[in-house]
Amino acid sequence: MKIGTPKEVARGEARVAMTPESARALQKLGYECLIESGAGEAAGFSDAEYEEAGVEVVKTAAGLWKAADIVAKVRPPTETEAKRLTKDKILISFFYPAANEELLKLCAEKKSTVIAMDMVPRISRAQKMDALSSMANIAGYRAVIEASANFGRFLNGQVTAAGKVPPAKVLVVGAGVAGLAAIGAAVSLGAQVYAFDVRPEVAEQIKSMGAEFVFLEFDENQDSAATGGYAAPQSEEFRQKQLEKFRELAPEMDIVITTALIPNRPAPKLWTEDMVKAMKRGSVIVDLAAERGGNCDLTVPDERIVTENGVIIIGYTDFPSRMAPLASTMYANNIRHMVSDLTPNKDGVAVVNMEDDVIRSATVTHGGEITWPPPPLKVQAIASPAKAPKPKELTPEEKRAQELAEFRAATRRQVSLLTLGGLAMLLVGAYAPASFMAHFIVFVLAVFVGFQVIWNVAHSLHTPLMAVTNAISSIIIVGALMQMGSGSWLVVVLAAASVFMAAINIFGGFLVTRRMLAMFQKS
Amino acid sequence: MGTSFTVAVYVVAAVLFILSLGGLSNQESAKRAVWYGIVGMALAVVATLAGPGAGLWGLSLILIAAGGVIGWYVAKRVQMTEMPQLVAAMHSLVGLAAVFVGFNAHLEIGRVTAAYMAAGIPFPLPEHANADVVAAAKPVIGQFQGFAAVVAKKTAAEIAVLRLELFLGILIGAVTFTGSVVAFGKLAGKITSAAKKLPGGHALNAAAALVSLLCIVWYFQSGGLLPLLVMTLAALFVGYHLIMGIGGADMPVVVSMLNSYSGWAAAAIGFSLGNDLLIVVGALVGSSGAILSYIMCRAMNRSFISVILGGFGGTGGPAAEVSGEMVPIDPDGAAALLEEADSIIIVPGYGMAVAQAQNAVAELTRKLRAKGKEVRFAIHPVAGRLPGHMNVLLAEARVPYDIVLEMDEINDDFPNTDVVIVIGANDIVNPAAQEDPNSPIAGMPVLEVWKAKNVIVLKRGQGTGYSGIENPLFYKENTRMLYGDARESIDALLSRID
Repeated sequence: MKIGTPKEVARGEARVAMTPESARALQKLGYECLIESGAGEAAGFSDAEYEEAGVEVVKTAAGLWKAADIVAKVRPPTETEAKRLTKDKILISFFYPAANEELLKLCAEKKSTVIAMDMVPRISRAQKMDALSSMANIAGYRAVIEASANFGRFLNGQVTAAGKVPPAKVLVVGAGVAGLAAIGAAVSLGAQVYAFDVRPEVAEQIKSMGAEFVFLEFDENQDSAATGGYAAPQSEEFRQKQLEKFRELAPEMDIVITTALIPNRPAPKLWTEDMVKAMKRGSVIVDLAAERGGNCDLTVPDERIVTENGVIIIGYTDFPSRMAPLASTMYANNIRHMVSDLTPNKDGVAVVNMEDDVIRSATVTHGGEITWPPPPLKVQAIASPAKAPKPKELTPEEKRAQELAEFRAATRRQVSLLTLGGLAMLLVGAYAPASFMAHFIVFVLAVFVGFQVIWNVAHSLHTPLMAVTNAISSIIIVGALMQMGSGSWLVVVLAAASVFMAAINIFGGFLVTRRMLAMFQKS
Repeated sequence: MGTSFTVAVYVVAAVLFILSLGGLSNQESAKRAVWYGIVGMALAVVATLAGPGAGLWGLSLILIAAGGVIGWYVAKRVQMTEMPQLVAAMHSLVGLAAVFVGFNAHLEIGRVTAAYMAAGIPFPLPEHANADVVAAAKPVIGQFQGFAAVVAKKTAAEIAVLRLELFLGILIGAVTFTGSVVAFGKLAGKITSAAKKLPGGHALNAAAALVSLLCIVWYFQSGGLLPLLVMTLAALFVGYHLIMGIGGADMPVVVSMLNSYSGWAAAAIGFSLGNDLLIVVGALVGSSGAILSYIMCRAMNRSFISVILGGFGGTGGPAAEVSGEMVPIDPDGAAALLEEADSIIIVPGYGMAVAQAQNAVAELTRKLRAKGKEVRFAIHPVAGRLPGHMNVLLAEARVPYDIVLEMDEINDDFPNTDVVIVIGANDIVNPAAQEDPNSPIAGMPVLEVWKAKNVIVLKRGQGTGYSGIENPLFYKENTRMLYGDARESIDALLSRID
């Protein structure tokens, strides 16, 4: 079969869905590759390079669409493009089916198969074809670069002979792939980075990237595992709390990068007009959600604007396209992996296996039917953490009451033990002869000392402890020695045997303890 | 020299013994503490020889020297992996010595009674005997020296207490003796380590205990040797049968329990001989063993009673099914994982001791540390067959003790660890203890190795190991199994890491 990539027709789109490198890999899978003349120009790949990689260069878009069995492109097809689809043709591109229902219907009518790269599920097996993630990664990085270019200062703090420069404070809202990439880039440029996300479990990831997690105290924390790793809409109450927090942060922040998106919904408004007004002159806002309406009230998609108080708001929607060579390489690789999954036999024949979780999810039209939205995945995107009931936070009063109760219980226990013990002693004293009692006191005190001393022994020294107690329990030799002087031969024989055995123990025990202890060394 | 001198030296010795145990609170002071113990023991022996009652000096010294040579030889030769059986063997000696000394005390009572009879005076003297009788007893007492002389002066009540004391001393000593012999056999692999019971099970133990109880009544009535012998046999049986019924995995508790018993036996003998030093030391050792047993039991989340009565008790319902498969890895793959890791935790278990892999493990540790990786060891309190067993083995292989950490110190660090290497350990890393309420080990504190990014398990085969409990860790997605003898596996890793 033939895989073809046309030139992107969307204005300003510089990416291309096939690179010479990915073409070579596709050919290994048994496909023939076609490319429209000039398709890679904007991304820095010339027709000659493609030809060198064994790709057939087709003069016109019409010719390419006609010749190719599989069309791989970046942007969703235009109406003209969609009309070129026929039965048995497969289109692989971003599609955004929720926003493009008309287009979806058109494609279904044409009985073609459409595989939407934006519908690839977020499971580990599908990561290699997760184009949303690879593009978000680029967008996050680029957002920091754009912000820095528009910001009049260093991002890192410096103390120079010409004066001290404080580090820039960067707030990243939404710690998805783009957010994390932005955090990484900003941290490595030396900025002080704060990050916020509605999913509390990403706090760890945020911290691991070197940013500070902006903690919002709220009970109703959501479990993103249920929504496939994406954020879900929040309650109004939560939103208010969140805005309050942002309002508090706004005057301090030099750069704000918003990346908050909720699948299949317009972007949530998180950075309101009053926050923009509260910011310092020269501050920069980069709104990565501009394409979906923007997180900031004042964002104008595809524009860089400057507000009255001198805050720059960047609403570009083509961040990946601004790094077209890299974005094309990554996207082409995603496509290649998708095609590889579609070609189980590596014979150049694509099989749309609707039993396969990944392919099923990504396929939005097939055999004349609209197959979107997909059924829920068989495997959960992210293992849902076992819901451990959180130990209830106690108020200080409750804590004190509890401690008091514990203290009382302990006292009661101790007192009752002492009373019982005392009574037992009295009982023994009432019957036992005085000579016994004298020894008994020694015994009880020794047990007491033993308990106090042994608790302090280090765990790692338990074996030496056993060996040494073993050695000193041979103190029984003293008893045997006292009997050695007896007049009875039987007593002497038994005592002698005891002395002998105890002596083995004494020497063996102490020596082996010393041997062991000598081995414990500090590094 | 007089009794006061002996007692004075005993006080010094007792203080030294306490210091010697107290010094074990850390590795450095421990080295000094052993000397306190040695000096204390030497003082005690010398003072006893110098004190009243001791005779046959020459013979005593020869015996001590002979025993010393054997002890020295054994201590030099023993492998660190054989520590558990050595300790068990030594306990048996203390137990047997206690039995002998106890019998001696009884024999002395017999001799004194006979002498009184010959003189026509009843023994023991009644509480308010008239002056004539007391005077008549004087020359009889004069015949005896040492311990027998002490016995001869005793009143009726004191003799009764003495009998009780020596009875207990023999009882505990006998249980310690056979128990330790069996424990030695199990630890040395000479007897099967599985829990075994004669038909009748604990009823037999109960019967033997009842016999002992009857014997004590009998002994008080008759004062003869026969009840003592019967009781000794019963106690020997209890020791044997009790320990036979305890499985290999519970050996740390058994060994520390026997340690405790040997102490209590010494204390009981101390009472019967009226010797405070014996009492003090016996009580110290007894409480030390008791605390160790308690620590071990708590580490397994089991009650002392359930360990002693053998087998896993008190579980209801079937254990959860383990699904998934064990994914094997070859040494190349394991070495690659280690190369990429920054932080590594090694969890050794009994398998490391069996395979004698501690030196290879130490070598691996040195290599990894030389590459700038953070390598630490996590020791579960019941890893191995003796409290602190793993620490001693690692120390032998010269692993610095400051990277060897206890469970509580390291358990929170697993999520930030790249690779955990589990060497021949099973139950102590079993997540079922936390996840499956029906598991026999439910609630036992375990090392949470599965929270690390990767776990490499070194294991001989696919079996369930000592306790026969299925381990879901082996089926986890981040677990890789490296099959084979632990030492050979580590050697294979060593050759692949440079």
